Amino acid sequence: MSAYEISLMSVIGLNVILAVSLNMISGFCGQISLGHGAFYGAGAYAAALTMIASSSVPLALLCAATVAALLGIVVGFASLRVRSDFLAVTTIGVSFLFTGFVRKQAWLGGEMGISNVPGSGLGAVGNMVMILLFAGLTIALSLYVGGSWMGFAFRAVGQDEDAAATLGINAGAFKLAAFGIGTALAGLAGGLYAFFTQFVTADTFDFILSVMLMAMVVIGGIGSTAGVVVAAVGLTLLPEAIRFVNDYRLLVFGGLLVLFIRLAPGGLAGVTRRLTVRATKS
Amino acid sequence: MALQLEDVAVRFGGVQAVDGVTVSIAPGEFVGLIGPNGAGKTTLIGIVAGAIKPDRGRVMLAGTDVTRNSTAARVRKGLALTHQMVRPFREMTVLDNVVLAAGYRRTSNPLRAALHVGRRHEIERAADILVRVGLFGSEGKLAGSLPLGQMKRLEVARALAVDPQIILFDEPLAGLNQTEAATQVETIIAVHAQGITVVLVEHNLEEVMRSCRRLIVLNDGRVIGDGAPQVVIADPAVREAYVGSGTDAHASH
Repeated sequence: MSAYEISLMSVIGLNVILAVSLNMISGFCGQISLGHGAFYGAGAYAAALTMIASSSVPLALLCAATVAALLGIVVGFASLRVRSDFLAVTTIGVSFLFTGFVRKQAWLGGEMGISNVPGSGLGAVGNMVMILLFAGLTIALSLYVGGSWMGFAFRAVGQDEDAAATLGINAGAFKLAAFGIGTALAGLAGGLYAFFTQFVTADTFDFILSVMLMAMVVIGGIGSTAGVVVAAVGLTLLPEAIRFVNDYRLLVFGGLLVLFIRLAPGGLAGVTRRLTVRATKS
Repeated sequence: MALQLEDVAVRFGGVQAVDGVTVSIAPGEFVGLIGPNGAGKTTLIGIVAGAIKPDRGRVMLAGTDVTRNSTAARVRKGLALTHQMVRPFREMTVLDNVVLAAGYRRTSNPLRAALHVGRRHEIERAADILVRVGLFGSEGKLAGSLPLGQMKRLEVARALAVDPQIILFDEPLAGLNQTEAATQVETIIAVHAQGITVVLVEHNLEEVMRSCRRLIVLNDGRVIGDGAPQVVIADPAVREAYVGSGTDAHASH
């Protein structure tokens, strides 16, 4: 494999982890989060600092997931107070707060970020395999959660949390669980990113990234693990395959997002389902 | 299950919606709660369900003070309720709506929910309940696609699935035609026959008088009548508050 292919596969793996984890929060549990990039960043910084201090890969990944999950649960508490649009606006605030805070912290490298993060020692191919392995585990976890009573309760809370309460479901606890699991996985992706680039800077985790991740979830089909994986892979490859898309990345992604919301709100998963039903009927 | 309200009151801005209500309902009773529009019935149901926090007073379920408990915690103690405005999970099937309710022990906390996958027992229970409420054959339909009468039955099915000891029915007949209303009342009577305490909030006086053994009348947030339905409805104060305007209108013609 060429260095380019290894790099591309690694980015695909990271985007799959991020999109699938965001889908757990926004797709399964209906809590619209536009600040997922901040948790990814928190994980990356936590892993970078842990690696500099200890050079332990497992510890760095554990710290990355833990720091992001703690931050996620704090933000999750906001979801207990504000709903739908207001939660989306709150999470946008978290995204800007994160990059604004990190840029001003000398111990986090300020504007320049943290460079020379110790490598994992696995080499480029080893890193790629590790990222793809975690992406696979994330997909497996998402499928398991979706089929468990937790996923069932998430769907109820996402549709109508007051009605869920009348079935004995503590909506607040489930929303916090969704934020905790989803952001821990985003933090893990951040840790893997720190090994992948060995350089961490605030610009990587800006609001645009969070919007791109939400676009992957919506285009894939909000709530569908398979759809979101396909969208994450497709939307990562698209700018690489078509030069025009790469030059006008935001324009194309924004346009696709608007088109899907307007014409196919169920995303790729919804379109596939409709076509399958039509084919079965005919 | 016994339900007691002790001096419960709540004010919304300048309106005293519920004003010092004290009521005691014994296990196995079938109580009708009536009153003119704006009497405070729905607010009182909200207080019992835990959706509205009272300014003062206590709500007791089976002798335990649940005033500070959430709706979900009250449901797990044996309370169930059906909504005035139906609230099914529209994008789930009818069966899934009831299966989710039947699995309330599985969903008591996220960790327990995450550790359980199997649904066979809950599916069997849900199918059984759907037969009882007359929704057999509609299991696979999306809940949002049902007509209102069937959605109301689905509300009852979900309430039954959480193994309640007391059910609050908030206007279960509203919007139903005469046949649907009569069927719904038969279902509620059958629920009560199983030993479940029933509190029925309803505008349809005829059905309330037919089914309830005790009537509580609210007006301006206060209890103005409480007792056997025939006795309560004959009370001049109740007639004045509840049917008075109608009687006056009749008299004036």
